[in-house]
Amino acid sequence: MIMDVKDIIKPENLVYKKNKVLTNNVMHYCPGCSHGTVHKLIAEVIDEMGIQDKTIGISPVGCAVFAYNYVDIDWQQAAHGRAPALATAIKRLCPDKYVFTYQGDGDLASIGTAEIMHACNRGENIVVIFINNAIYGMTGGQMAPTTLLGMVTSTTPYGRQADLNGYPLKITELIAQLEGTCYVTRQSVQNAAAARKTKKALRKAFENSNQSKGTSFVEVVSSCGSGWKLSPVQANIWMEENMFPYYPLGDLKDR
Amino acid sequence: MAEKVLKKGNEGIALGAIHCGCDGYFGYPITPQSEVMETLMEEKPWETTGMVVLQAESEIASINMVHGGACCGKKVMTSSSSPGLSLMCEGLSYLAASELPCVVVNVVRGGPGLGTIQPSQGDYYQAVKGGGHGDYKTIVLAPFSAQEMYDFVGLGFDLAFKYRIPVMMLTDGMIGQMMEKVELRPQQARLSDQEIVSRYGSWATTGKTSDRPKNAVTSLALESKVHEALNFKLQAKYAEITEHEVRFETLACEDAEYLLVAYGSVARICESAVEAARAQGIKLGLLRPITLFPFPNVEIQRMIPQLKGILSVELSAGQMVDDIRLAVEGKVPVHFYGRLGGMIPSPQEVLEACKAHYIK
Repeated sequence: MIMDVKDIIKPENLVYKKNKVLTNNVMHYCPGCSHGTVHKLIAEVIDEMGIQDKTIGISPVGCAVFAYNYVDIDWQQAAHGRAPALATAIKRLCPDKYVFTYQGDGDLASIGTAEIMHACNRGENIVVIFINNAIYGMTGGQMAPTTLLGMVTSTTPYGRQADLNGYPLKITELIAQLEGTCYVTRQSVQNAAAARKTKKALRKAFENSNQSKGTSFVEVVSSCGSGWKLSPVQANIWMEENMFPYYPLGDLKDR
Repeated sequence: MAEKVLKKGNEGIALGAIHCGCDGYFGYPITPQSEVMETLMEEKPWETTGMVVLQAESEIASINMVHGGACCGKKVMTSSSSPGLSLMCEGLSYLAASELPCVVVNVVRGGPGLGTIQPSQGDYYQAVKGGGHGDYKTIVLAPFSAQEMYDFVGLGFDLAFKYRIPVMMLTDGMIGQMMEKVELRPQQARLSDQEIVSRYGSWATTGKTSDRPKNAVTSLALESKVHEALNFKLQAKYAEITEHEVRFETLACEDAEYLLVAYGSVARICESAVEAARAQGIKLGLLRPITLFPFPNVEIQRMIPQLKGILSVELSAGQMVDDIRLAVEGKVPVHFYGRLGGMIPSPQEVLEACKAHYIK
């Protein structure tokens, strides 16, 4: 008997269900991209905490600009790098809201360096989700502040060199030094175990943000197969072998 | 009777913000407008009305904090002076494109560059023609007294929310620093969260409830058709504003043969020039635009038949004069007289300039 896919999709056969805070829109992300997984984890945390009506997200400039199409909450779309300034105002004007920024490495660690440092230093009671894939995805694979030495990008065609391009910026380590931050962690989502840890970190960050403890900062070391010119599987292996040694996973601060 | 106080123009802005029920002010120090934030910090409105006041790390952060607050349907504002406004132009473009209400005050100083801290009107083009990228406009109010500095904050918010558009107050160091009598208005209550939801819940990020779809405030529209439609919508709004919101004042215009056009601090000097001219039997009048966008084109055009010449008087190298020329379409001679770098003309100098062009 030839079975149609419709014959398989029945309630009794379902072992996994899309979270209801995630919309039905088809994601524009490339295969293997970490954004989709992180979006899903955020939606799960919001759903489990029951804060859909109290959460406001700020999407960046970059691939995740369209985050507002996927997570079913109110969103603001910020100018490049400025999400922490928007978040600052929202949280101060609406202290009962849960406010998070979602930013890539170019957005947060290059053009938006001043805004992220000062928001964290003021101890704004917000959540910062930092997607570090060491490359500019949306503009086509240029060098990011976090691009590793030797890494080939479209603006470092012979590999990033320290004397020409400076060093990959460990901004999360800088953020952890600031008195205003209460929780700074670096996670990843390349397998189920890692994704579970990231979800736990996100949950803690969201919970912190309504306890007047200061800023919670969750970096997710991420893959960008398209930018790195690798298949999804190769990208994850490359990330583990090259990104993790320079950007080691784990909590940098938790108080 | 309403309380009258002696205040600097900049202090008037701060008090105007508190009294009109402003929700938040975000700013960065720059001369000659630092008294705005200093006054707010001294007044501590967070203890009375609940207004948030925050010193940001830059003008870029300030305008983006305004962006964040405006998205929530809050009455939020910032103030700065010329170099700071240049930094805010990107943010203003985003605010205008996202159709967000806010008030932005520019207490103009002399430029270009670091320039001088003395008064100037050199930012007219930037304020009236957009300043940032793309086809957008802001409503531009030009106060000429401490009283108007105080009053126009509330007026600015009314217009900003009526049209969902950023409103700029374009003033200068002279009005900002000058002390004058200000008649205070009764304290207006800030809107409650519930009132904000019922008034602005259709677009503001007040939190996605089950009874409405999510609100995503964005200026991004990658599809050409969609983006063109967004632009047409903005242009239609600007046309509506042009039709309904022109504000100006006239002095001795009924029988005027010669017309001075001036706004802000220079308009006060021109008032004295008109008096001096009348004493000499010269039929000089003054038109003071209160809104620079929308510009009082129609009023200027109405006066064309009676006029022999127009003089635009500005603290710039000649910027508003372009809009006057566009309004008269060559039907009346239009000349310009201006001073730069913080130099202020006397009423006599203005009158002499007018005579030199028109009354030989």
